[in-house]
Amino acid sequence: MRFHTLQELARLCDQEGVTIGELMLAEQCRESGRTRELELRKMTDYYLIMKQAVSEGLKEDHPSRSGLTGKDARQVHAYLQREAEATLAGAPAAAAMAYALAVSEVNASMGRIVATPTAGSCGIIPGSFVGSQTRFGWSDEHMTMGLFCAGAIGYVIANRSFVSGAEGGCQAEVGSAIAMAAGALAELRGGTPAQAVHAAGLALKNTLGLICDPVGGLVEIPCIVRNGFGAVNALAAADMALAGVRSAIPADEVVDAMREVGAAMPEKHRETAQGGLAATPTGRRIMDELYRRNSSS
Amino acid sequence: MRFKDVFSIIGPAMVGPSSSHTAGAVRLGRVARQLLGCRPERAEVTFYGSFAQTYLGHGTDLAIVGGLLDYDTDDLRIAHSLSHAEAAGIRVELRQGTGPAPAAHPNTARIRCFAPSPSPADGSQTAVSMIDRIEMIDMTGMSVGGGTIEIARVDGFPVRFSAVYFTLVLWHSDRRGLIAEAAGLLYRHNVNICSMETGRKERGGDALTVFETDAPVPDSLLLGMKALAGVRAMRVVNLGDRTGE
Repeated sequence: MRFHTLQELARLCDQEGVTIGELMLAEQCRESGRTRELELRKMTDYYLIMKQAVSEGLKEDHPSRSGLTGKDARQVHAYLQREAEATLAGAPAAAAMAYALAVSEVNASMGRIVATPTAGSCGIIPGSFVGSQTRFGWSDEHMTMGLFCAGAIGYVIANRSFVSGAEGGCQAEVGSAIAMAAGALAELRGGTPAQAVHAAGLALKNTLGLICDPVGGLVEIPCIVRNGFGAVNALAAADMALAGVRSAIPADEVVDAMREVGAAMPEKHRETAQGGLAATPTGRRIMDELYRRNSSS
Repeated sequence: MRFKDVFSIIGPAMVGPSSSHTAGAVRLGRVARQLLGCRPERAEVTFYGSFAQTYLGHGTDLAIVGGLLDYDTDDLRIAHSLSHAEAAGIRVELRQGTGPAPAAHPNTARIRCFAPSPSPADGSQTAVSMIDRIEMIDMTGMSVGGGTIEIARVDGFPVRFSAVYFTLVLWHSDRRGLIAEAAGLLYRHNVNICSMETGRKERGGDALTVFETDAPVPDSLLLGMKALAGVRAMRVVNLGDRTGE
């Protein structure tokens, strides 16, 4: 890849007069040696799996293996259909929330999803993309280019910092996914590469310090609802950037800050289920019940 | 660069719930399976760090065993891999590692897997593995996030490969000129090497070389490689093909 920072990415796009998605696609072909058509098809297939996961998740409840979660997506979706005008966040935000919850619940039930960048954060991109696609009448081809844009932003974050909760906490997973979605949505709505990078920087600032504290070690509590919130934040960050708000701390420096914060995070807050929500009285009780059940079965 | 392309960020398509603890674990199991070259009869899996703390909740055990069955990351059979393994005659022992992990990452697994006694009717062996039987593989790998993996150790040799590229692993003796001959064979088959590393246990002793290449390694090349003096065994690792049993 010819870029290692978000600033380089935006500058290359400006110099060559292409979108971030287009640049990423060309770079990907160079790296893999495969044709543009093959790489496009692979990404479109991934988008179709994401849409499938949204509709699966809304069609029926998806109880997880633990039985702890799996009903929230349908609750939010039903609420939205009952009183769309009355939702506080507004219908598009509530839809993104329902879709993101749906994909995360499919994930927790060992259903099929696409990691974006991880499975723990797999609801945020589909959640914020699918609703926007319907609203603005975008084609699957347009959404596919959005995924290449999201991938370019994630590529920089993953190589400069991290994208796993075990290394860098939830900020690295959910935070990265929101930044990727925000940048891509800004570009899909016609924003410049610089605006897309600001959207990513703005989004990432909002999750700095978020710990990874899954109850019982499961990708369920609080991961699923954090995906619901994440999809809404992605829309908000894209809107801020499209309105002209800039990330006062350049996005690359925010990525570096995330690495510094993640490296300093105690091990109990990095996906070990030893701290945070996992260590609350209720979190511990759930874990005890779970393991008692597992050892007796 | 730990993450080399866009599909290590967007992707893989996988069954949940965790890219590092499920999809990455499937890939670790699958690399061990491909290094062994056949369906193992027995496997010992040791979890370290976050893997050890949370493998039950993430189905990391199901995932690694799915990989040992050569399943891809989005194979819905992963949810029931333990019973599939039992039906296939694979004995699996799961352990929680004590002491420091053999690799410096919170999501580390060590997989030791053993080949079954040879049977002429065993259809699970590939053409190549028939010519160089490996009794046991001892592999340590890390799942570094988003389903991306890094193999850190094979049979006591420190290595570093991700199985993103076509990967050729060569067990050989430390002989002057062997690597030049192996690289020459790749060159003559028009296969570009994108990375390689080699190590030995002692001067003139056992050695291991890993080639990552941009193109698949044709069978004719493997036969030529096998004929080189000092080559004991070799395996091709390729997670791109959809197979599974």
